[in-house]
Amino acid sequence: MKVLVAVKRVVDFNVRVRVKSDGSGVDIDNVKMSMNPFDESAIEEALRMREAGIASEVIAVSIGGTKSQETLRTALAMGADRAIHLESTDPVEPLGVAKLLTKIVEQESPEVVILGKQAIDDDSNQTGQMLAALLDWPQGSFASKAVFDGNNLSLTRETDSGLETLSITLPAVITTDLRLNEPRYPKLPDIMKARKKPIDTHDAASMGVDIAPRLTVLNVTEPPAREPGIKVANAAELIDKLKNETGVI
Amino acid sequence: MSILVVAEHDNASLNPSTLNTISAAAQIGGEIDLLVAGLDASAVVDAAKAVNGISKVISANHEALGDGLAENIAWLVKGLAKDYSHILVSASNFGKNFMPRVAAMLDMMQISDITEVVADDTFVRPIYAGNALQTVQSSDAIKLITVRTTAFDQIPDNGGSAEVIDTEVDEAFGRIQFVSRDVTESERPDLASAKIVISGGRGVGSKEDFALIEQLAEKLNAAVGASRAAVDAGYAPNDYQVGQTGKVVAPDLYIAVGISGAIQHLAGMKESKVIVAINKDEDAPIFNVADYGIVADLFDVVPELIEAL
Ligand SMILES: Cc1cc2nc3c(=O)[nH]c(=O)nc-3n(C[C@H](O)[C@H](O)[C@H](O)COP(=O)(O)OP(=O)(O)OC[C@H]3O[C@@H](n4cnc5c(N)ncnc54)[C@H](O)[C@@H]3O)c2cc1C
Ligand SMILES: Nc1ncnc2c1ncn2[C@@H]1O[C@H](COP(=O)(O)O)[C@@H](O)[C@H]1O
Repeated sequence: MKVLVAVKRVVDFNVRVRVKSDGSGVDIDNVKMSMNPFDESAIEEALRMREAGIASEVIAVSIGGTKSQETLRTALAMGADRAIHLESTDPVEPLGVAKLLTKIVEQESPEVVILGKQAIDDDSNQTGQMLAALLDWPQGSFASKAVFDGNNLSLTRETDSGLETLSITLPAVITTDLRLNEPRYPKLPDIMKARKKPIDTHDAASMGVDIAPRLTVLNVTEPPAREPGIKVANAAELIDKLKNETGVI
Repeated sequence: MSILVVAEHDNASLNPSTLNTISAAAQIGGEIDLLVAGLDASAVVDAAKAVNGISKVISANHEALGDGLAENIAWLVKGLAKDYSHILVSASNFGKNFMPRVAAMLDMMQISDITEVVADDTFVRPIYAGNALQTVQSSDAIKLITVRTTAFDQIPDNGGSAEVIDTEVDEAFGRIQFVSRDVTESERPDLASAKIVISGGRGVGSKEDFALIEQLAEKLNAAVGASRAAVDAGYAPNDYQVGQTGKVVAPDLYIAVGISGAIQHLAGMKESKVIVAINKDEDAPIFNVADYGIVADLFDVVPELIEAL
């Protein structure tokens, strides 16, 4: 079976972004960009499926500006077989991304699509669930374990009270938690090889779906900063402060 | 304007986060209906009727709804949607799981994790791990919203007398089955709503030593949390994780023990009223948000605290 993996190029998780002074957004010029960490887990899982003989081909897809191709190169260097880039200079909302991905699913007929549970820039946590609904497929979201057996997927997902296990009939959408696996680092020869692997590029606007944004960003502001605190010497002093200064205990 | 709030519950009791979400709905304004979708959840329906400010409780009782499967809940909510201008649910694991499905079926964009209602179509939500706040205006006919419950007070759970309307459910989604649940057993209060939270990080060093965090929590009748690093290392279960990609908490008191204070962790706790940090590295970024910091070995300070409390 084919496995499709959606990978997004985002500001690296180590970067602390700055809000632009005119309130129009965050300043992402000249900051380090990386593959969304959850999407690394998504690629890794697909590669393990191929290595286990479950998947025949791993296809990475990314939607975004020209530089999304760098993220696709990373996916290829990790081991994806080929890549699809849907180019859009304007940001595409999760609903639009999900619609574009349905088009790729129509063309490629994968039996499993793996996405990250959340893109760490917009923190939406929507796209995988939306894609599953549009395809009328079941979803295994926030996955920490996926076991395939023929047409059946036994999926363990993280919940607010622990874990739950679902039995899913393929085709299905999976969204990853980081605990699903430990993504590999591409090695230098693989990075070289990845340069020769194909990236199939299309204009996102030509895919025949409405990707116009539904949300207008009116402004972006800096959250209020906390007042600086103090250091206390020991446990006794801390208890005194908590009891007598703040009354929280 | 008519608003539907989807109740979170375990078929036995109403999750208190629902009361925070109803208060966000009340800020939007208009009639509020509460949907209780479950199996044999009559106790939840009774609790829902009594909640202040609810016009109708819509009760859907079906086997397919008993385990909270997103496919089935989303289908039900989509069927009810046309009567409402807004549909809200807590931005919990439950809400995040099914609401985007509703949105996609209706061809509308969800607004995730709102922290403020500006107008009936305009909301504030954190992005980039809470390092920026985005104000967005929706052009969709129905606003589908998940609510960051820590940003809203709870509406009183009494004083209401809503009428109950039963709704029918069609067939279940065939290609997914609930198999089992592995719930973390804990004597401690619920992490999401506790007044005091004690969280342990990688500095705690092992699963065995994490008992120290539990002991301190017991003294203060606190809930226990953890950093992602502590969960990944197996010191604590996944549902303890606080942060950008775990739970968001805002208790009266948050004590971070052996946690460095990465932005992803701060995203989940920096709205707490009082923050205490215990860390042996005086340059740890957690001290930038702490009201009270102790630079010391946690294995000295935590036993002292347990002893003195
Ligand atoms: C996509 C993504 C999402 C993430 N989401 C989250 C999230 O939701 N929540 C989260 O917490 N993290 C999250 N992280 C991880 C985050 O970036 C940090 O790696 C993590 O928070 C670090 O955990 P920590 O502070 O426990 O460990 P460390 O950073 O290793 O810090 C341990 C601290 O303990 C101190 N220490 C050690 N020994 C002692 C001692 N004996 N006494 C006192 N102090 C001691 C050290 O000085 C150090 O400051 C995420 C990361 C990524 C990439
Ligand atoms: N522009 C994009 N290109 C490729 N994949 C994306 C894009 N946006 C979102 N995704 C996928 O959807 C997941 C969840 O994103 P979000 O719903 O925005 O939090 C990400 O982890 C990706 O797998």
